[in-house]
Amino acid sequence: MTDTGIGASVKRKEDFRFLTGEGRYTDDINRPGQLHAYFVRSPHAHAAVKSVNKADAEAAEGVVAVFTGADMAADNVGSLPCGWVVNDRHGEPHKAPPHFPLVRDKVRYVGDHVAVVIAKTYAAARQAAELVEVDYDELPAVAETGKARDGSAALLHEEAPGNLCYDWVLGDEAEADAAFAKAHHVTRVDLVNNRLIPNAMEPRAAIGEYDMGTDSYTLYSTSQNPHLLKLILCAFVLGLNENKLRVIAPDVGGGFGSKIFCYAEETVCTWAAKKVKAPVKWTAERTESFTSDAHGRDHITHAELAMDENGKFLGMKVDTTANMGAYLSSFSTSVPTYLYATLLAGQYTTPVIFANVKAVFTNTAPVDAYRGAGRPEATYVVERLVEVAAREMGLDPAEIRRRNFIQPDQFPYQTPVALQYDIGDYGASLDKALEMIDYDGFAGRRSASEAKGMLRGIGFSAYIEACGIAPSAVVGSLGAGVGLWESAQVRFNATGSVSVFTGAHSHGQGHETTFSQLVSDTLGVPIENVEIVHGDTGSIPMGMGTYGSRSLAVGGSAISRACDKIIEKSRKIAAHLMEASVDDVEFENGTFRVAGTDKEKSIAEVAFTAYVPHNYPEGVEPGLDETAFYDPLNFTYPSGVHICEVEIDPSTGVTEIVDWVAVDDFGKIINPMVVEGQVHGGIAQGVGQALLENCVYDGDSGQLLTGSYMDYCMPRADDLPSFRVGMTETPCTHNPLGVKGCGEAGAIAAPAATINAITNALGILSMDMPASPEKVWRLANQQKMAAE
Amino acid sequence: MYDFNHHRPGSVAEAASALAGASDGKLLAGGMTLIATLKQRLASPSDLIDLGAIAELKGIKEDGGALVIGAMTTHATVANDATVKAKIPALAALAEGIGDAQVRNCGTIGGSIANNDPAADYPAAVVGLGATVHTDKRQIAADDFFTGMFETALDEGEIITAVSFPIPEKAGYAKFANPASRYAIVGVMAASGPAGTRVAVTGAGPSVFRIGDAEAALGSGFSADAVSGVTVGADGLNADMHASADYRAHLVSVMLRRAVESAS
Repeated sequence: MTDTGIGASVKRKEDFRFLTGEGRYTDDINRPGQLHAYFVRSPHAHAAVKSVNKADAEAAEGVVAVFTGADMAADNVGSLPCGWVVNDRHGEPHKAPPHFPLVRDKVRYVGDHVAVVIAKTYAAARQAAELVEVDYDELPAVAETGKARDGSAALLHEEAPGNLCYDWVLGDEAEADAAFAKAHHVTRVDLVNNRLIPNAMEPRAAIGEYDMGTDSYTLYSTSQNPHLLKLILCAFVLGLNENKLRVIAPDVGGGFGSKIFCYAEETVCTWAAKKVKAPVKWTAERTESFTSDAHGRDHITHAELAMDENGKFLGMKVDTTANMGAYLSSFSTSVPTYLYATLLAGQYTTPVIFANVKAVFTNTAPVDAYRGAGRPEATYVVERLVEVAAREMGLDPAEIRRRNFIQPDQFPYQTPVALQYDIGDYGASLDKALEMIDYDGFAGRRSASEAKGMLRGIGFSAYIEACGIAPSAVVGSLGAGVGLWESAQVRFNATGSVSVFTGAHSHGQGHETTFSQLVSDTLGVPIENVEIVHGDTGSIPMGMGTYGSRSLAVGGSAISRACDKIIEKSRKIAAHLMEASVDDVEFENGTFRVAGTDKEKSIAEVAFTAYVPHNYPEGVEPGLDETAFYDPLNFTYPSGVHICEVEIDPSTGVTEIVDWVAVDDFGKIINPMVVEGQVHGGIAQGVGQALLENCVYDGDSGQLLTGSYMDYCMPRADDLPSFRVGMTETPCTHNPLGVKGCGEAGAIAAPAATINAITNALGILSMDMPASPEKVWRLANQQKMAAE
Repeated sequence: MYDFNHHRPGSVAEAASALAGASDGKLLAGGMTLIATLKQRLASPSDLIDLGAIAELKGIKEDGGALVIGAMTTHATVANDATVKAKIPALAALAEGIGDAQVRNCGTIGGSIANNDPAADYPAAVVGLGATVHTDKRQIAADDFFTGMFETALDEGEIITAVSFPIPEKAGYAKFANPASRYAIVGVMAASGPAGTRVAVTGAGPSVFRIGDAEAALGSGFSADAVSGVTVGADGLNADMHASADYRAHLVSVMLRRAVESAS
């Protein structure tokens, strides 16, 4: 290993520009003649729009145009599509009501898009927006997941009776019933997976631009997947040929899933640019991020686990209601189905699993993938269920897990919920985590806490996730509208530096470092001579973007394949230059050598020759520029064990996380420091969900009650301990790098570990997230309160 | 925000005159509440009179057994001031616990008490330490200053110039912060000294209030045990998604004990 190669904790190349304020985000870009957009949004959760009078706004100073849904309809602008068709239990596709970028007849959540004002300045646009007169006829609203299907609930869409998007099943219910009939004990839990607001540091932004000379558009957007955004906008919404739209996603400040989707605002900016013959810019205010970014999670679940007398799992049944919000966001339907129920086996040999998921519409912002997307929800179900089962069966929580782990010799392991795990060693992660946390010393630590009047608890989460999304044929058979391969183009420049064009997109992940290490190590060129280019459909081959912890496993594998092609072509050129047979030429550390001789040529010399081919092998094309598309053979299955230790002050209900051990198996690791950073950030988000974050809509009015940081509580550094991170390694068996992905693991593992620790401390079986101080205080004192 | 006229007077007299001349003027101190309100378009004053350039409103001095803190002194200045730390450490600690570093660098004591947010920290200090509020027109005793939620005894056009805190023998402040905003869900200042024995609670009710039982208990011995039985009723206390009235009432007892324990 070199100090910049695979396995080295190279400092992030991109951080210099980020830390010195030299990053270039969408809002940093200003185009000549640019105008500014401000959206008129619904103040009501549910209302018929009887009329929109825009005359006063149009006449206001600085205003260039005001558009409504009617204007977009007149241009045949389509509905924002949902790209994943989920077939319900009867084989019928999910209900897909239209989702127009600007509403046509009704508003369906607070923040829904009614009109756009385009003006010479942002201030003028915003000022004039108050002059747009919208005549609403308010309708009853339903905001709560659990009430959406009540007979009396307001109906959002005529196309979806009972507000039901789909009623979907996975597994065989009769087999599950049979397993439960044989059970020694059945553990039952009722869980709420609380709704979250993503809160990327950079708010969403877009600049749409139209070039009359070429009749083509450019969209600058805060996107995690510019190619996909281009595809959706062209093929489904704006009706453009794909060669007529270039999407540029420059530096993007965090996404966590919320910037995967095709949103109304960027659609409107692109469309309107041609109407007003000028670039149109929009940047979200933080309030707009709260109300109109796609939210995450929001499940209500009843789950049951059947066990024999030894605590061996016999079967699992899971019944979940998932909130889709008011409209279907781009990939919303897949999250509580194929990214959720397929993970319900966890790390265990549970032989029969039956899941039923009902997705419902409510008068709330759309819900879609958010860091982990379905897998945190699945892990929360499995690991809460297992923890409660251990307590009810009188088993040690580590022991009940160990008894049910899939064993290393059982791989590849076919779960009852469609996935085939390729490799893992769950016992190894558990052993290491128990040692790191000093599990044997817990009783002593608990006594010491009790002596201070504090309650101490320990909680486990043995998670698994399906990442490296995803084999195209598999996801296609499950309803995905796209393939989920990735592309890479590796280009040697004539003087020996390398430009890498990747379809993955970095919005905090550190690709410019990790991918550079991979290329530097593989091609033997100095890391400073490698440049990673991403985020521009005008210069990069079609790619699928970054989400689902896929960048390295899929995008990195594509880079690896493209490097292989470079080396194979270079070998032919080197053989010619050294007058040797191709078969005799070896490649190592950037140098081609003829075996058994002192003849050698550096890869930089070969690259120069490829572009200045004066002395060149016959039949070989000039240039050294190779493209590879990599379609994974399977998902990857990162797994691990996190153990959380908490101390609770029963007099206030404040929970302090006093220790956290994370032992993860991400397969091979390129940059351990970047991986640790991802683990830390993931845990912080998971702890945020478990302790602090909660999106609350008023049940009657549908108003967002947690619409600012005054009420929506993001985790801060002092809410968290210093995490202790350990690794185990079983290399992925089916990609060339042996990597699995690490971006979501912490967010997937952390909520269950935290709640398991708190309920352990309190001596109770269950509580809902977030574990706010008042909730914990009530639970800690409930016996005393009952006695009073 | 809506357009407004901006004034930046150099003296209190100029500020008073600018305010008097405006059709709907507002004083701008640190702006920690007002600027956010303007940005949300929830207020549309005709004029903002920015007090930031008035030197006579800034600074901390010891005068006749009291600390006199200029109205435009920031929380960060109070928190880090050597005299405050030596004479009334509880006040420095209170200022150090307000908001975050950015808020402490902008927000001011005068702005805070003029706004009288029920969850602000400073009202507990002003009442708990028996301070006197100085304005350009008069002096107002702490107990008379805070009259209700977001309401004070200030007259229209009256400008706070300073707050003087009698230096106590002992004082302690304990706060249970809202995890999101870090405002006080409950904050208790307990003190004894020239202003008597005083216990003031912020965050819990519509406005800061004193607890007579606790003051009586502490009067006969300033110790945590003395207040161990003191409780307040939940009736009339604030309730929101972060804390019910019951929970706030309970936290008053806990924070009272911690305030006394921490007193120095």
